[in-house]
Amino acid sequence: MNGRTLRTIAVKDLKEVLQNRAAWIPALVVPLIFIIVLPLGIILAPSLMQSMSPLTAPTGPVGMMRERIPALAAELAGLDERQTWVVLMTGYFFAPFILIFPLMFSTIVASESFAGERERKTIEALLYTPASDGELFLGKALAAFVPAVVLTWVSFLVYGVVVNGAGWSVMGRFWFPPASWWPLMLWVAPAVAALGVAATVLISARVRTFMEAYQTSASLVLLVLALVAGQITGVLYLSPAIALAVGLALWLIDGVLIGLGVRTFRREALLVK
Amino acid sequence: MRVPVIETESLARSFGPVRAVDGLTFQVREGEVFGLLGPNGAGKTTTVRLLNGVLRPSGGRARVLGLDPAQDGCRLRQQTGVLTETPSLYERLTARENLALFGALYAIPEPDLSRRVARMLEEFGLADRADDRVGEFSKGMKQRLALARALLHEPPLLFLDEPTAGLDPEASRQVTEMIARLSRREGRTVLLCTHHLSEAQRLCDRVAVMDRGRLLALGTLEELSRSLGTGLQVGIGLQAPLPDTAVAALRRLSSIGDIRYTSLQLQVSVADEEAVPAVVETLVREGARILSVVPRQPSLEEVYFTIRRVAQDASCATEAIP
Ligand SMILES: Nc1ncnc2c1ncn2[C@@H]1O[C@H](COP(=O)(O)OP(=O)(O)O)[C@@H](O)[C@H]1O
Ligand SMILES: [Mg+2]
Repeated sequence: MNGRTLRTIAVKDLKEVLQNRAAWIPALVVPLIFIIVLPLGIILAPSLMQSMSPLTAPTGPVGMMRERIPALAAELAGLDERQTWVVLMTGYFFAPFILIFPLMFSTIVASESFAGERERKTIEALLYTPASDGELFLGKALAAFVPAVVLTWVSFLVYGVVVNGAGWSVMGRFWFPPASWWPLMLWVAPAVAALGVAATVLISARVRTFMEAYQTSASLVLLVLALVAGQITGVLYLSPAIALAVGLALWLIDGVLIGLGVRTFRREALLVK
Repeated sequence: MRVPVIETESLARSFGPVRAVDGLTFQVREGEVFGLLGPNGAGKTTTVRLLNGVLRPSGGRARVLGLDPAQDGCRLRQQTGVLTETPSLYERLTARENLALFGALYAIPEPDLSRRVARMLEEFGLADRADDRVGEFSKGMKQRLALARALLHEPPLLFLDEPTAGLDPEASRQVTEMIARLSRREGRTVLLCTHHLSEAQRLCDRVAVMDRGRLLALGTLEELSRSLGTGLQVGIGLQAPLPDTAVAALRRLSSIGDIRYTSLQLQVSVADEEAVPAVVETLVREGARILSVVPRQPSLEEVYFTIRRVAQDASCATEAIP
């Protein structure tokens, strides 16, 4: 593996994707809604409502969740109604949603650089360079993986600023992120990004266009939605320990898929049929 | 004798039921311009891909610059330059970015790279458009840029796949001249795929004619025309109409092919130059008044269509056998 070759391929793919606005502008709108519009709405909504007590009373939905998830109960201990609302929604329900980002970012770039490049018929000259099959695969995979992780972390940062800022009058302190977010962002999110890349590469070899590749791999969102459902119903509370375990499972799957990709990826797969 | 630059033996590649390349055996010598001629779908592009290790063969063997493309593809591709059938440039990047990117992939040392890129842009007449996006270029400019890219790392072996396809006559002439200059000046070995016969005639030392993955004929233009019996065409200009007996007398000569006679022009095909004096002698004896005698090699086009006709007749014949 030659570092310069990997970097050259990755940088070129990124430059190309950046020029394809139709691909990435929708991919920015969704995160902006998630990290700015929704949290602001959630934090500011209670000041418009009369009382939160139907939601947060011991017999209401929040009360039931406290009962089912002791770890959550501990986090919410000593908070008043409005504080409970903010922490529960922005600190707890939203956590698994953020995992959509690494998935979305990585599948867009990977679809572009594998299926999209073949579709535009620009790949041929690249195949005639001395870059090995493994270097082509990894260079293109890096172009999708690295920005997906970086953008996820940037989103995390912006979200933290929004949540802490807008919630300041309610919370009176920097409370975000709760401990459970760290393993999610540092361990699970990169694993999800890698999963998006590996799945897209395998899918791209079997479909013809960028759109087909993107749409097929985007169905991985179901996996993230399963985590969201688990979190909301309390079936799978993403405590640090659980997050570490989920992340480990994802990394193992990644390892298998990427290993499979590196071993079976042939430059032929990128030729126009 | 030196080792051939390209050597294949029964090279084959199928895509499902399609035999794109079907048992090719040929050699390309150092420094020659070798033409691969054939209609669309003959298997020319597939051959280029096989010879660069971009595709794996499904049968047979190849050695290119002493390496096996299927095993040592990376090392081999460092020494080959390929002008692909579609320019496959990154249209969203500039000309300079395109070249720099490939320069890095061909491991041109960083300090030399930008100088080398600038020189190529200059040489191929693109210096003033170096920082414009390639998407805005004309077809001819794109083709020149693609050619510059193929030569950036100074490969000893160059593959040109349909270099003038889709270009207007002016751009096409420019590219052809550029290729002629390259092969003469630097003595590079060139494998040129084309279905433009005039281009092949102008550029190639030897040609191989392909159809449906198979080799129909191989050699210099002269060798091909001799082996096919297309021989030499002799045009004879006359001052007065021929006496009736003259044509009959010509037919009695050995080594004479077709004779066409229209008022003051006579076309005679003969095996080779040796036969020309006898033709002139006979005509003069028969009282012909000759103004000019012009022996002419058949064009590649004539040879090519004869080859295709012979091949078709042969395949009809074999199909007719139950
Ligand atoms: N990647 C591919 N997949 C399937 N069939 C192919 C592929 N590449 C070429 N072919 C088929 O192989 C044959 C030869 O194609 P090609 O080598 O492109 O011919 P040429 O370059 O002489 O026009 C054609 O019938 C073509 O359809
Ligand atoms: Mg072709």
